[in-house]
Order: sequence, then structure tokens, then C-alpha cells
Amino acid sequence: MTAVHPEDDNLLRGPPELLGEFGEFGGRYVAETLMPAVEELARAWPQAWTDPAFVDEYRAILRDYVGRPTPLTEARRLPAAVGGGRIFLKREDLNHTGAHKINNCIGQVLLARRLGKTRIIAETGAGQHGVATATACAYFGMPCTVYMGAEDVSRQALNVVRMRLLGAEVRPVTSGSATLKDAINAALRDWVASVADTHYVIGSVMGPDPYPLMVRELQRVIGDEARAQILDRIGRLPDAAVACVGGGSNAMGLFAAFVPDKAVQLFGVEATGEGLQGRHAATMAKGRIGVFHGMRSLVLQTDDGQLLEAHSISAGLDYPGIGPEHAHLHATGRARYLGISDREALAATELLARTEGIIPALETAHAIAALPAVIRELGPEAVVLVNVSGRGDKDMHTVMTHLDPATLSLIEEAEQGRKAARAAHQAAAASGERKEGT
Amino acid sequence: MSAGVDRVTAAFARARAEDRAALVGYLTGFDPDRAGSRERIFAACEAGLDVLELGVPFSDPAADGPTIQAAMTRALASGASMAGSLALAAEIRQRFELPIVLFSYANPLVSFGPERLARETAEAGVDALLVVDMPPEHAEVLRGPASARGLGWIGLVAPTTTPARRARVLAASSGFVYAVSLTGVTGAPLDASDAGLHAGLATLRGASSLPIVVGFGVRKAEDVRALARHADGVVVGSALVEAGQRGPAALGELVAALRGGTRRV
Ligand SMILES: Cc1ncc(COP(=O)(O)O)c(C=O)c1O
Repeated sequence: MTAVHPEDDNLLRGPPELLGEFGEFGGRYVAETLMPAVEELARAWPQAWTDPAFVDEYRAILRDYVGRPTPLTEARRLPAAVGGGRIFLKREDLNHTGAHKINNCIGQVLLARRLGKTRIIAETGAGQHGVATATACAYFGMPCTVYMGAEDVSRQALNVVRMRLLGAEVRPVTSGSATLKDAINAALRDWVASVADTHYVIGSVMGPDPYPLMVRELQRVIGDEARAQILDRIGRLPDAAVACVGGGSNAMGLFAAFVPDKAVQLFGVEATGEGLQGRHAATMAKGRIGVFHGMRSLVLQTDDGQLLEAHSISAGLDYPGIGPEHAHLHATGRARYLGISDREALAATELLARTEGIIPALETAHAIAALPAVIRELGPEAVVLVNVSGRGDKDMHTVMTHLDPATLSLIEEAEQGRKAARAAHQAAAASGERKEGT
Repeated sequence: MSAGVDRVTAAFARARAEDRAALVGYLTGFDPDRAGSRERIFAACEAGLDVLELGVPFSDPAADGPTIQAAMTRALASGASMAGSLALAAEIRQRFELPIVLFSYANPLVSFGPERLARETAEAGVDALLVVDMPPEHAEVLRGPASARGLGWIGLVAPTTTPARRARVLAASSGFVYAVSLTGVTGAPLDASDAGLHAGLATLRGASSLPIVVGFGVRKAEDVRALARHADGVVVGSALVEAGQRGPAALGELVAALRGGTRRV
């Protein structure tokens, strides 16, 4: 794994006056109160990332605690179902906490310690980034506050329990649409007031510079490992790399290693939800350039510049913006972005489970669902690398209600059986009492 | 009568001549609805505002506290738009001579188009722009066309701002410079007699010849009184929005009381 790429001028871009922009995207659109902190981060990040002691500590934790390197699994039975190809699955689902998010959290909490910060805040949508941040904070013994939209608190109750178990404080956010974007607003408001001692761990390649760059670098371990693994396995690079895109961190982590390899096609997969005419999270297809959450990027918004609420069945893709580097890769044509609906993602969840014995996160299922289109285009001989960004345990409730009426009816039957048994038990007890009474 | 940045400058000169700080009042357009906000803004102007900060609502006001967030949510729910906000500004301008500063976030303004924004705000009688999430590094896209039409650009200096950044903010500012009183969002609690705050204002005064206007957390006449000697103007936002929820009369009373606190005696 090569963590540091000095040839990458975006990484070592010098003084903070030079704003981290990817083409016409990126920047630091934050309140003046936060600008000095953002500048401090922009200075500290390249120093840390070129400091062998920092990088060694980060790598050692990824190895000994997170469980890296994650395997590269060649799919055995999936190709027959998606039109062919050789398909390699990068197994980020096997990371500690079950998704790629932890790669970023470990790095940022390490950086926060280096900066002398004593408190961590984060936002979370599905709860995966919140759980990963809470985990990193438990590991380092740092207090942690996670902002989560009130809607998501009820949709993702299990992850709320996980965060609390890990010692984090979860603050439900009721303002705005009470979802991920509002959780980010709330975290920014906390940070404006607490910036002296607090580091904000943003969970994707978004927000003001240097976050998009820093989070990409902390996630590029995905692509660096996968690149070496596939070269080792088949002696050549893949024809395509595919990943789902919410804010875009698992995709950027994968893509980062392949951007210079022009022969490798890059496909990001965004959520078209109920369809582009209905509620969706298709920022590439339907977004317009805007300024949101500290960055200039593509944004789902009204003609009047107000944010639209995004929708996806996967809470992790349910975001009306996208990281600026993706907007840049899109604008330059280096990466292409496909859309997958809620229904297609659900079907792909089942497909991967049954063909490979891997239950993916609903976010990841979007990438799986895009494979037929990718292989149709590249041909049945194509070698395709897919990032399995996370495992599906967190989504079982959603999957159960949407996908599998049979499971539901099994549970209902069991529930009725339990009620009947309890009623019988109570009736027996009551008649026992009556007997005692007489 | 002057317009644009000159009108802003004149308002501070007038207040200074009267040996008082200028009272700058923030209200969100279309809160609670169009007619209701016009009535409230008129009442506040009549009761003695020196400068009006007119908020154009944004769906995601990440630098604002709960009071102004809620005001923006109400405004959007009652149909606020960029064009509607400018029409409202034009109505205020027909009735009042005070400078109008248009306050918003980058996205609605950028989305409207920088040239169009500069032209239509100037035509509506707006005198300056204040965009909280547009630091000087990014400001030129809106500031350039606005300056070309004589509009002011209100930069912000926060307690966290370094001397190097302060110079950058000041170089981009015209009309006045906004001194954020506290490290936090609008509406947070403020100790207006804090010596550190006063010292910060003195430092800023030493670094700029622009009027210095202090805001965030100012609620009462006694807060205004405590700050009047240390700044050229004092901004009251969340407290006005809250008073406005009790109606135009309550808002007018608060403005009159605050105005009483501006005298430097
Ligand atoms: C498993 C998984 N994949 C993907 C995402 C989307 O985030 P990103 O686009 O930053 O990778 C999430 C976010 O919660 C996630 O949990």
C-alpha cells in the first residue's frame, strides 16, 4: 500500500491561500469563524500524511484493529447472472464495523490527536459513519458526539444503540428535513461554537477543503490494495472499477488508485430511488452547480437555489450533494455515473446473497446492480472490479419489509403463536388464582 | 440622496455625528409570510433602525441558531423566493431611506446569477450584500459585479480570525465590517460587557477605517449600551425575529428600546 503520492499535486498543494479545488469544484465555503480551523487542517494534513510516523501508526491500526488488508474475492456464480465478465469483489464489508467508513475515521481521529483536539463530532445518516467514528473514539478514549437526523434515528435504531454502547452521545436533529443534510448543518453549528478544542470528522469526500482530499487519501487504501491484489492475481489491471456513490468516499478511495490508468474505466453508481421523475438522490443526473456544506459541487436544488430532499432506500446514498472530485471526474469524462433504483438495489442484494453468499449493504447493492450494464458495454470477457463497501446487516429491517413477504409472514405467524401461548398461559394462571381464591 | 455603499457610509456618519452607535436590525423576509414581514419590517424601520439587514431565506442556514433557522423555514413555507425578496426590498425602499443590506447564503445568490443579482438588487434599492458562507477567497464572483454597481460588500471578522485573515477580509470589505461577537452561531448567549470582546473591537478599529459593527447574541438595550462605545454599530437579529413573532407592535417597542441604548453618554 502506497499511502503517499507526492506526484499528486492535489495532495501537496501548499499554503492554505490556495483553495483545494478540483477543476471548478471544491473550495472552502464556510463561515469566517471556521475558516482558521479549516486552514489549520489544510496545513496539518499534508504534513501528517508525509510524516512516516503518522502514516505508520495509521497503517498499523488498519492492520491490527480494522483487519486490513481486506480480501479480493473473485465472484464464482455472479458472472453468469449479470452477462459474464470476471468480477472481483473488494471486501470492505469485512472491515471492523462492517464498512469502509472506518478507514477514514481512524485517520481523522489520529489527526485530531496530533492537532491537540480533545473532542470529536460527526454526522451520520445510516449510522455507519457514526458507528465508525464512535468506534475510533472508543479506541482512542476521546469523547464523541454524533448528530443524526431524527428521521434516521428512528429508521436506523440499531445503529443508535451501537453508537451509545460505544460511548458516543447521539443528538437527534429535528430541524429542516431531519435527515443527513440537517445532521451536517447541526454538526457545523456545533463546530462553529467548539472549534477551539473539537475536530469534526466528516464522513465522506465532501465539505470544505481539505476534507474531500483528506478523506480520499484516507480511503485510497481500498484502491491501492485492490490494484496490487488484482495485478498479483491475474497479472493485469481491470477493465473497469465500479462503486456506489453517496458523498463518494468509497468510490473515490477505489478510483484514486486507477485515475492515472486511462485504460481502466471508472463507474460511479448513484441512487435513482423511486425513479428520476419521483424522489431520488441522483445528483449527477439531476443536480445543478451550487454551494452547499462548504463546497462548490453538483447539488439537487430548486430553480431558486433551495436544497431538495434526496431519497434512496439506502440511507447512505440519501444525500442531495456529491463530493467535488466526483463532480470534476464527471465534468472531464474520466468517470461515468450510472443510476440504480430502489427496486433494482433490493434485487441485487438478494442476487449477491444467493450467488456469492455475501449480503451487501443496500448502498453497495447499487454497485452490484450496475454490473449488467457495465458488462453489456465492455463485453463478456471484461475484468471488473467492484467495491463491496459494506455488509448488509444494518439493512435487514428494510430488506425484510420491502423484499421478502415470506419472512414477514413467518415472523407474524411466530408473533401470533407467541400471543396465543401467552393468552393460554394467562388464562391458565387466572383459573389457578380463582381456584386458590375459592 | 445617495445609494449603495455611499448610503451605508452616510448612515454611519449620521449616527456618529449624533454621538451614538447605529442600530442595525436583522429580519427575515417572508417571515411569517410576505404581508406579515412587510408589516413587521415597516414597524421596525419606523421605530428607529439605522440599517436594515434583510434576510433572504436558505433551506440550510448552517451558520444560524434555532431562531433564525425557524424564521427561514417559515419564510420558505410561505413562498419566499429570491425575486420575491427583491420585490419586498423595493417596497421597503419606496418608503424608507435607510440602507438595506441583503443577507443570505451563497447558494441562492449564486443560483440567481451574479450579474443578475447585482443588477436587480441595485434596482430594488439594496445597498450592500452580506453572504455568511462566502469568505473573501471566494467572494469575487458576487462581489465583483456588486461593486461595479456601487453596492457594498460586508465582510465578517470572527474571534477566531487570524491577523492575516483579518487583512484579507478587510481588503474585500466596503460599507462596514461585521465583527462577530462570539465563537458560535447567531442567537447564542453573549456577555456584552466582556473586556476581551471590547479589546477585540479596539484591535479591529485600529486595523480599519471602515465602520465596525458588532453582532451575534445582542438582545437587550443594555447589551447595546455596553457595546455602543466600542463599535460604530450594533446588530440585533434573533431577538428582533422573536419579538416579531409577537407582532409588529412588540417588534416596534423592542426597536425603540434598543435605539435608546445606542447613545454614548
Ligand atoms: C456501506 C456504505 N457504502 C456506501 C456509503 C456511501 O458513502 P460514500 O459514497 O461516501 O462511500 C455508505 C454511507 O453510509 C455506506 O454505509
